[in-house]
Amino acid sequence: MTPAAVARKDASQDRQKRMIAEHFSRLARAPETGEKNCYTYVPGNLTELLRSFDLLPVLPEINALQSGMRGKTRDYIAVAEKAGHSEDVCAYVKSDIGMQEMGNVGPTGERLPDPDVLLLSYTGCFTFLKWFELLREKYKCPVAMLHVPYQGEGVVTPSMRKYVVDQLKEKVIPALEQVSGRKYDEDRLREHLVRSVQAENDLVAVLQSAKHRPSPIDAWFGGVYYIGPIFTSFRGTQDAVDYYRELRAEVEARIAEGKGPVSPEGDVTERYRVVVEGPPSWTHFRELWKMFADEGAVAVASTYTKVGGVYDLGFRHDPAHPLETLADYCMGCYTNLNLPSRVDMITQYVEEYAADGFLINSVKSCKSFSAGQLVILREVEKRTGRPGGFIESDLVDPRYFSGANIKNRLESYFQMIAQKRAGKEAS
Amino acid sequence: MTATTTTAPESLLERAERLYRDWRLGAVHEWKARTGGLAVGFMPVYAPREVLHAMGILPVGLMGAGDDLEIIRGDAYYQSYICHIPRSTMEMALNGSFDGLDGMLFPAICDVIRNLSGIWKMMFPGKVVRYLDVPQNFEPELGGRFWRQEIEGLCAELAERGAKPLEPEALRRSLAVYNTHRRLVYGLYDLRRDEPWKVPTHELYPVLRAGLVIPVEEHIEMLKAYRAGVEADVSRRPMDLARVVLTGSFCEQPPLGLIKSLERAGCYVVDDDFVQVHRWLKHDVPTTGDPLDALVNAFLTDSIEHATRWVEKEPKGADLVNRVRRSGAGGVVFCAPSFCDPALLDQPMAVAAVEAAGIPWTAFKYAENTGQFQVIREQAGTFADSIQLWSAVS
Repeated sequence: MTPAAVARKDASQDRQKRMIAEHFSRLARAPETGEKNCYTYVPGNLTELLRSFDLLPVLPEINALQSGMRGKTRDYIAVAEKAGHSEDVCAYVKSDIGMQEMGNVGPTGERLPDPDVLLLSYTGCFTFLKWFELLREKYKCPVAMLHVPYQGEGVVTPSMRKYVVDQLKEKVIPALEQVSGRKYDEDRLREHLVRSVQAENDLVAVLQSAKHRPSPIDAWFGGVYYIGPIFTSFRGTQDAVDYYRELRAEVEARIAEGKGPVSPEGDVTERYRVVVEGPPSWTHFRELWKMFADEGAVAVASTYTKVGGVYDLGFRHDPAHPLETLADYCMGCYTNLNLPSRVDMITQYVEEYAADGFLINSVKSCKSFSAGQLVILREVEKRTGRPGGFIESDLVDPRYFSGANIKNRLESYFQMIAQKRAGKEAS
Repeated sequence: MTATTTTAPESLLERAERLYRDWRLGAVHEWKARTGGLAVGFMPVYAPREVLHAMGILPVGLMGAGDDLEIIRGDAYYQSYICHIPRSTMEMALNGSFDGLDGMLFPAICDVIRNLSGIWKMMFPGKVVRYLDVPQNFEPELGGRFWRQEIEGLCAELAERGAKPLEPEALRRSLAVYNTHRRLVYGLYDLRRDEPWKVPTHELYPVLRAGLVIPVEEHIEMLKAYRAGVEADVSRRPMDLARVVLTGSFCEQPPLGLIKSLERAGCYVVDDDFVQVHRWLKHDVPTTGDPLDALVNAFLTDSIEHATRWVEKEPKGADLVNRVRRSGAGGVVFCAPSFCDPALLDQPMAVAAVEAAGIPWTAFKYAENTGQFQVIREQAGTFADSIQLWSAVS
């Protein structure tokens, strides 16, 4: 790995930073400009629909993870726990509650507006329901509830799709019309969806570039930057189209040059290819990335980068069927898949991306991800014959990140891969 | 308890406790051997038992192994920050206790139980395994239609495994049986509310749990006999205890010792969240018209308020305040399992509501295998004393 004193940024990263800054600036000015906003979640987000009503999305999970990266969550969580929130529950929720109690200042240092409406797209996470109950109690604002059925049987049935579409028509759209003061305009929604598809195609090309050796990207640490715009407020916008076009060109250039991924510390020389299941630890994001990079470990695929949509396995928004495609999108998000489907996906990644093994970062906060991961570990090991590693931490609660312990486990894990490889070469 | 009826209450209570503690599900195995029918397990908190009953299936409520089973293999499936009930459930599955179950239903209660359905699918491929995605939209044409189709899908799968096809007339009969059962359970809750010394919770609880593993008709007889016994027992006299509502214990259950500790600490539990499947619906389900529609509609419009259920209109905690008022309780005991997301995420909102209503409260957590109750007993005792002393003053 080439050391670098200052974190390196590609042009696409600078573009993303500008996009985010402009978005939060619009949100901060909303009380003066009169622009309306909608708080919602990443999995099952309906950004194109919100944008078609000129509503600005606000994503509390993203605020929490940004707070984690900026070292704010220890204080935020303390505020929430002091107010009676249990130490046992999701730290995203507590970070968000704490942030709001301390002025609701967003990641760019500007105050976020109070929600005009909460779009509770209840997709793959039970805590979402409780989280927006808490916010509703605080803000006394309207809530559009969208129950997205879980893929318990591993499929989307016509009944499930109809249930979601009917809720969109009869509950969500009327609520958004009322808040925004605009009538539902399906043609406008379609225009957003067309742009979504363009961005999705480029994102998939970026994610699948990791099949090259060396992989030009890190699909977990780097991946969280790549999914940023499309998972949050920008899907369906021209900004997102431009961002993904630029990102794809950068990645293709790296392939042409035979380069591996770039990390904040510099270029990474690929020694181990791993698939990663679970979200990163935002409070120690750079420290954890460095642990991987120091070992030459590159994530060639990850499940976390599928929580806001599983595009690399074929899904694209379909502008010809706008509400049906939104329904399918919601139901297809990673944490809305049952455990057998998750095992299938990780197994497929290990094989297709020629990974040496797979790693699970089990986070205390997110039981939607974590409950069952030890079974996933055993099952994927059994099916692929490749070793699984297991580390534990948290999303944004720094009390649950034990750096020395995690480093020790990672080093042992990579040594095991090296030994297996050496044994295979010897035979 | 003094025996004055033909069924000796002591033996009834002993039987109830034996059934509740039998994690090997001996009663279920006996029933299957006797009838040759299918038995289907379900996790808390709600399952459409009437439908299973109408198909000739024995619904078997599973609420963990309590403090009676040492968890050895089950712990290997879960990280330290996951609650206890999936561990003991796995342990029982792995030690053969559930071999007699032909299927398992996992209601939408939280992400842990939801994901357990996936584990089950992988580990027990020969069984019927269903995640029960109960609707969070409560309009008949939206959530109702979806829920009906979910139930019909379940029925079709069970029929393929040998259950009787669901017939409307059979379902009507089952609705009527469960209506009777529900009235008896509510009747005991009403009696405990009015005269808690007659229905101590450490008795009522095993009686309710017993109903999860025996046919509903048998449990109806048990409920009637228990009621007759306690009403005839003149030795049960009022004591000067504090009346409390106990909330948060709807999935993983506290050990019986904890309930006894609360009572010994000076609390009359006059309302609780135990074994809510018996009381999930608040009233009779109509037995006229389309019976499946009636059951679906009852779920949509006549369910209890619950931490796992989206509350569309009423402020959070309002229902708890109403329960305190209705039961004449002097305080609330928040008694939730560790790491229980629905209960613990709900708690701050419920606390805010009871505080706004001027209702005293206390809170602690447990695991189903908690073995030390001294701290809880002291805390509950202090709380009960404070209610008795300060409520009287004010």
